[in-house]
Amino acid sequence: MTGPILAVTGCGLPLPGNNIDTDQIIESRYLKLTSFQGMETHVFESLRQMARTAGATPHPFDDPRYKEASVLVVGRNFGCGSSREHAPQALYRYGIRAIIGQSFGEIFVGNCLSIGLPCVEVAAKDEAKLQDLCREFPTQCITVDIAKGVIFAGQRQFSAALEEGRKQRLVSGSWDSLNVLLDAAEHTRTKLQELPVINPIKTGTT
Amino acid sequence: MARTLYQKVFDLHVVREVADNQYQLAVDLHLVNEVSSPQAFDELRERGLPLAAPHRTFACADHSISTGGDVRKFDDLLCEAQVQLLGRNTQENEVTYFDPMKGLHGIIHVVAPEQGLTQPGMVIACGDSHTSTHGAFGTIAFGIGTSQVRDVLASQSLIAEKLKTRRIAVEGKLPSGVFAKDVALHIIHRLGAKGGLGYAYEFCGTTISGFSMDERMTLCNMAVEGGARCGYVNPDETTLVYLRNRPYAPGAATWEQAAARWLSFASDPEAYWDDEVVFHAEDIRPMVTWGTSPDQSVPVDEPLPDLAQAGEEIDGWRAAMDFMGAASGQSVMGIPIDIAFIGSCTNGRLSDLEAVADFLRQSDRRVASGVRALIVPGSRNVREAAIAQGLDRLFADRGFEMRDAGCSLCCGMNADKLVGLQVCASSSNRNFRGRQGSPMGRTYLMSPVMVAAAALAGKITDGRMPEPGSGGHK
Ligand code: SF4
Repeated sequence: MTGPILAVTGCGLPLPGNNIDTDQIIESRYLKLTSFQGMETHVFESLRQMARTAGATPHPFDDPRYKEASVLVVGRNFGCGSSREHAPQALYRYGIRAIIGQSFGEIFVGNCLSIGLPCVEVAAKDEAKLQDLCREFPTQCITVDIAKGVIFAGQRQFSAALEEGRKQRLVSGSWDSLNVLLDAAEHTRTKLQELPVINPIKTGTT
Repeated sequence: MARTLYQKVFDLHVVREVADNQYQLAVDLHLVNEVSSPQAFDELRERGLPLAAPHRTFACADHSISTGGDVRKFDDLLCEAQVQLLGRNTQENEVTYFDPMKGLHGIIHVVAPEQGLTQPGMVIACGDSHTSTHGAFGTIAFGIGTSQVRDVLASQSLIAEKLKTRRIAVEGKLPSGVFAKDVALHIIHRLGAKGGLGYAYEFCGTTISGFSMDERMTLCNMAVEGGARCGYVNPDETTLVYLRNRPYAPGAATWEQAAARWLSFASDPEAYWDDEVVFHAEDIRPMVTWGTSPDQSVPVDEPLPDLAQAGEEIDGWRAAMDFMGAASGQSVMGIPIDIAFIGSCTNGRLSDLEAVADFLRQSDRRVASGVRALIVPGSRNVREAAIAQGLDRLFADRGFEMRDAGCSLCCGMNADKLVGLQVCASSSNRNFRGRQGSPMGRTYLMSPVMVAAAALAGKITDGRMPEPGSGGHK
């Protein structure tokens, strides 16, 4: 996908808990795959399996009520840990188009941004309200208005924080970074010439 | 105007500002591994884009590689395909590849510094979160995702945000039996696993300036576990001594000039830091994690904290205690282990192996029966240097298995994995659930010497006080 992302609308998927790291989102064994294709089938795999084995409440990603959901609601420090882009790729390919949470892992947010998956921050009490709302009214549409910094859920509104620059990049479409970077290729080359050369012992395999 | 190292190095590399606090940054050194690069190379191929600066790009295969002695043996076909693909991608693009089949090889965060590729004042990017390790040399070094790997391959630049800086001073002399790893775990314990969000950590103070480069790397490696994107130490004489005569370091003709330039990057004393914290070395004790996040730790001789102290982390603590079978008030000492792992980009360097050897020489004890103890050097150079000192024989005599270089048990992506409910005392950096390859496996992080102590005792124990006669099978 390319182009500006002004707002995302969809049903909510409530995922409670804090410090959910990228190892839980996608286990390291799937990092062996050399393509992102099909990554969505492994999202939260172990946790889902454990929930199934336990036979109690299903993991939210297996809960039929949230089958069509595209707005993920999470707690604090979501996506911390390993820098694997496989995690946002798996979520995106699963159908997630925006993530609302109290806070996020630094690298994770950047990785999400670079594939056009906005992560917006809400206050703790609003996160709790949104989680409840998703559970009570799974078919309720949630709109994350990136440009305005507001989340609309039925009659309710919540303010959503997003760093100005990240917002600008989503709204202008420059989240899709490669073309932006290549536009200044000449300038970068000049810059690199000012920086010391790494002693080229030789190139090729050592 | 007085500036921190972070500000100086950042400013020097800015190509332009593309949005508010979103800068296009030139990258001096791009490190590539087999895990996060295949999709990036693919996209370049699809779009017909060449590599912008192959001579600034260096690759290692570290995560998927077998450390069992034959690197041509893979855990499975996927690992093999991934490593072969790295070989092909680097060859096609004329990228220097430290090929495990050929010689120089190891974990990229161990190999690059060892080769003198990591130099003060650089911006270093790598598709791996522990890229923060390279900050030990006074660089801005951080992990990136695959899309950014693609960006750097194609443009030798990326979009980065300027971080705030937190100056973390550690002052005084560490008690004996307390190591850089304990300093890292102590800081993370105090500031929290997400305390560093939005920050670059500057480590300074007399403890840190007295640290070797290996110790500084251990500390910066763990900065990312404290939530900071990167951590760094100002370059000084120790940095210069380390770099001199390394293969990729500047030669004699340009050395003086390079050294002066490097030292000039150090933070100015009157610079502004967004936050400042001070720790005292004498307060630090050997640390052990009890949970599933690197900040869930205790000094080895202290009971697990009361849940009442968890504050807003209460749910996380409860879940972690549940998973680890732990309870408030319990001691980590005495927890039986199955596996002892000494290695990883945190603690797989020569000085780590030497510290373990020194510890082993204090007694004649062997690894407890039923415990498997692995020593995995961070690079082949580390392994060879250890062998040259005869450490391989010492380790073997005491029941430790010294293996070939690689990430090994740190990440569960190769044949070295926890199985089922196995419990591991580990010198690595992450105790996340499932991290070491078994969804139910338990990981306790600690210093290499504490891992060795646990290996001998068959249970977590205080490495400062070897219990004579316990657990040894000589
Ligand atoms: S040793 Fe562990 S942390 Fe370091 S690069 Fe390898 S997998 Fe990552």
